[in-house]
Amino acid sequence: MKKYINTDRIYPIVGVIITLVLWQLIVDFRNVPGYILPSPTKIASALIRDFDLIRFHSSRTLYASFIGFGFSIGLAFVLAIVMDSFEIIKKALYPLLVISQTVPIIAIAPLLIIWFGFGTLPKIIIVVIVCFFPIVISLVHGMESIDDDYLRLFKTMKATKLQIFYHLKLPFSMVHFFSGLKIAATYMIMSAVIGEWLGGDRGIGVYMLRAKNAYALDRVFASILVIVIMSILIIYAIEFIGIKVLHWQTERDEE
Amino acid sequence: MLTMPLQTNSSLNDTVIKLEHVGKTFGEMVVFEDICLHVNRGEIVSILGSSGSGKSTLFNIIAGLIPIDHGKVAVRGTVGYMQQKDLLLPWKTVASNVGLPLKLKGFAKEDIEKKIKEYLPLVGLEGNEDKYPFQLSGGMRQRASFLRTLMTAEEIFLLDEAFGSLDSITRGQMQKWLLDMKNKFDNTVVLITHDIDEAIYLSDRIYIISKIPAEIKKEIKVDFHNEDKNKRLLSPRTLELKQEILKYF
Ligand SMILES: Nc1ncnc2c1ncn2[C@@H]1O[C@H](COP(=O)(O)OP(=O)(O)OP(=O)(O)O)[C@@H](O)[C@H]1O
Ligand SMILES: [Mg+2]
Repeated sequence: MKKYINTDRIYPIVGVIITLVLWQLIVDFRNVPGYILPSPTKIASALIRDFDLIRFHSSRTLYASFIGFGFSIGLAFVLAIVMDSFEIIKKALYPLLVISQTVPIIAIAPLLIIWFGFGTLPKIIIVVIVCFFPIVISLVHGMESIDDDYLRLFKTMKATKLQIFYHLKLPFSMVHFFSGLKIAATYMIMSAVIGEWLGGDRGIGVYMLRAKNAYALDRVFASILVIVIMSILIIYAIEFIGIKVLHWQTERDEE
Repeated sequence: MLTMPLQTNSSLNDTVIKLEHVGKTFGEMVVFEDICLHVNRGEIVSILGSSGSGKSTLFNIIAGLIPIDHGKVAVRGTVGYMQQKDLLLPWKTVASNVGLPLKLKGFAKEDIEKKIKEYLPLVGLEGNEDKYPFQLSGGMRQRASFLRTLMTAEEIFLLDEAFGSLDSITRGQMQKWLLDMKNKFDNTVVLITHDIDEAIYLSDRIYIISKIPAEIKKEIKVDFHNEDKNKRLLSPRTLELKQEILKYF
């Protein structure tokens, strides 16, 4: 089937094009003012006009996002290993982790600003708070779901705990890890933007806020577009790395 | 206790596995109340029993993987345990899977490679070093798993339905091959099987175990005058033994 055009891909593309055309037509023919709803062409021209500015702010956002994402992964690994090694810690921490996710990030964010100022640090912390959870949960779940028979196999081979981790638990949980990573990636830019809304002088969130205050909705939409594109690219990159790392699984599923 | 000790030529010293009055429960379920059995060095012993009678549990006990409630288990020698599923690691190639026990023991990379090169042809897997388990047939997977067991330990082999999922032709090849292997390494083999013919063909002794709470119903000495196991299948003695075994099911 691969040789033919993938029709599954065509539907969403056609959908987007139709939406854009309708949007453009409605705005043009009904004379909707730009401070209510800018047309797609206006948004595009705002994007081109402000490109350098947007690029500068986006790079700051990406910086905070990636540092936060990296920390989330590291922290998730450490905690997952600890939770997997000590059942008591897992029992104690797991519910706390779940509860922590019900606290709205928008409520904690101002506190972080109070504690850590307007710099990049509070933004990174917000990204970690948001991204860390799906990663650690997927890792813990992955390590849990290993069949007892495999653990027995390693016991008969007299493997040490470290060897069991390296040769069994780590590779086994990679499938879960990457699905958690993808979920985290969808939130990663967004959480940095939320941090930027609350203060600071750089970042795509700051740009967006300034544009909104000036009722320049074409620039607001341009920044939304940039956030969406960055998020999608990151998700695709993770997907790509996942396929490479998990080649033994993806190839098997294709057979 | 229905265990009937048989006269064996071997002295007590040659006993490599000995279970005495072993009991095991999982929660409420009593799997064994009182199991006694022994295996002598160099023997091939089959455990024959219907599904769910606790055969795999018995192997887990012998391999020291699960605790027992009472009784005594003594095992002398290194144990290689091939479980019911092939349990190949899907992210490792055939060579890495087979070489894993050696790697865990800390062998050097070149030594592992050398040993794998030497052993793969024994099971007809040469040329498949770099394949992943999903690219193998069921029989090939079983053979890779078997080889990995051999790399784990050479003295005592526990085979839990090693050939259960294979077609009868492949199965026949594997059985022959097991006997060759046994001659080459002179190890002790205990195998679990559902298949009466397989038990008669391969074993020196057969333990028949009942449904749970499982006990040894009968110990059968597979005595053929002709030592060549390959001639067993066509011998009239096979039929007699089969009739005797079938009485217990
Ligand atoms: N870890 C466990 N916890 C609880 N029950 C178990 C456990 N392992 C096995 N059992 C139960 O013990 C009984 C014996 O299981 P076992 O796997 O030893 O049977 P078996 O003779 O190997 O069966 P089969 O021929 O189908 O492989 C079964 O009823 C099974 O459900
Ligand atoms: Mg079993």
